[in-house]
Amino acid sequence: MKTSLDHIPAIDAAGLVKTYPGDVRALDGLDLSVPAGTIFALLGPNGAGKSTAVRILTTLSRADAGSARVAGHDVVTGAGLVRRVIGCVGQRSGADREATGRENLVLQGQLQDMRGRELTARVDELLEQFGLMDAADRIVKTYSGGMQRRLDIAMALVHRPQVLFLDEPTTGLDPEVRVEMWREIERLKREEGLSILLTTHYLEEADRLASELAIVDRGRVVAGGTPEELKSELRGDAINVELAFRANGAVEAALAPLGEIRELVVEGTTLRARADEGARAVPLVLGALESGGVEVASVTVARPSLDDVYLRHTGRSFEEAER
Amino acid sequence: MTTLRHTGYMALRDLRAMWRQPWYVAMTLVQPLIWLLLFGELFKAVTDLPGFGDESYIAYLAPGVVIMSALFSSGWNGMATIEDIDGGVTDRLLVSPVSRFALIAGRVLQSAVVVVIQSVIMVLVALAVGASFPGGVVGVIVLIVASALLGAAFAALSNALALVARQRESLIGAVTFVVLPLTFLSTALMRGDLLPGWMQTASDLNPVDWAIEAGRNATGASTDWGSVLSDLGFLAALLAVCAWLAVRAFGSYQRSV
Repeated sequence: MKTSLDHIPAIDAAGLVKTYPGDVRALDGLDLSVPAGTIFALLGPNGAGKSTAVRILTTLSRADAGSARVAGHDVVTGAGLVRRVIGCVGQRSGADREATGRENLVLQGQLQDMRGRELTARVDELLEQFGLMDAADRIVKTYSGGMQRRLDIAMALVHRPQVLFLDEPTTGLDPEVRVEMWREIERLKREEGLSILLTTHYLEEADRLASELAIVDRGRVVAGGTPEELKSELRGDAINVELAFRANGAVEAALAPLGEIRELVVEGTTLRARADEGARAVPLVLGALESGGVEVASVTVARPSLDDVYLRHTGRSFEEAER
Repeated sequence: MTTLRHTGYMALRDLRAMWRQPWYVAMTLVQPLIWLLLFGELFKAVTDLPGFGDESYIAYLAPGVVIMSALFSSGWNGMATIEDIDGGVTDRLLVSPVSRFALIAGRVLQSAVVVVIQSVIMVLVALAVGASFPGGVVGVIVLIVASALLGAAFAALSNALALVARQRESLIGAVTFVVLPLTFLSTALMRGDLLPGWMQTASDLNPVDWAIEAGRNATGASTDWGSVLSDLGFLAALLAVCAWLAVRAFGSYQRSV
């Protein structure tokens, strides 16, 4: 939708704080600005606060402090307006499992005050677009995981929203279905000019889909930019060594003299470090470890990835944070 | 207008789901039917007690059992809301333009429709086993209205509880805990003047008894319409309070997510 609203950011949030009973601080001053017409990813492990942010931005939940606007409307004072211009796909399906796909779409449209021929036409269009025409009159309970997810997205789009929220849209889906979903999300941005806020804990997903992303850790944005910008902040290659045994302290002692090695992190039997030229650093690292009495199981060298960006900004690897 | 239309859409959604599982409606009728048929037989001799009058016990019992069927089925109404919460449906609805009032009113309306259908069935069964309703069609309609009002109020309360507790176990516990005492602390089974003194007082404060009294009064031979209207008025006021609580309960739910 190319309108005069294009210069208004799709989402603009500042200083969002949310504490749950039991002193759980889900958001700790989260700032966010999503330009219209882009796919923006919030990337972070489970419990980082991504879903809390989405719940606040979609008017479901209310922040303790801070403010947010979606498509120019305040999420608290203009909640009613926000609800007319957003589409939401939650982590859980949200479709009525006892109703048919078509009934779900029709009800969602009716609640957005669509009626008659306009609604019927829009529902048919979406069923067609999302490959659900044959299953339209079947009860949702009988749908496969991928079909249910497609229905969820179709439901969120009935009223042609300006901003689409996708909260972990591919979690729990088979890999093939996930790729199919990615194509669909890319198509929505390309053909419908939607602004999309996507939360994910898949680095690969953020890397592939997002034109811009923010890394969220413990309720704050710790880094932001395009995937390329974030990756280029990292100088050099990632070196990853699996040790045969835990070697408390011995690794640090062995590698300390090597000037080429930066950003050394040891987690259990995994050693991560960075070097300008990985291929040249590896023999030096292996040599130093061997003379330090540390036995190595395997070693890999890789170009920078978002995982490395995450590690750098949070001091933890992504897998570690997920635990 | 929009709110009314949305209420209709939400009620239709629930009625359609119910239509697809008619056994569920049948199940909630089993218990009142057992009461009507077994208690009707078991306590036949109750009418020999001095002060009971000369009507048959089944005729006495019938209006009470119709109201019971409303109580039994509408108490479970909140289950659908818990399923909606677990399935993410509630979250989806809350971020759409539908009003909280319409979400509750839709559920309550569906419950009332089901209660009306059940009440008609119960009246027909009662007639078949020998009850009579001297108050005629008008009396039976008042009985069914009382039944629907009570059912609607309990449905709203059940939804309020569902939104606050958000657990099946809590709702099952509360409904089982509440339904039988409310039935026994009423004139469903025994005439008011034959109840112990404290039970008479309790029954005066018991909404189930308001509905039973309104229904029995209207279906009886000599109807005191003033008392019927005041009972119906109390039931309507109760419905309003319960609906208000249920709408407010969305706030409690939203603070938890």
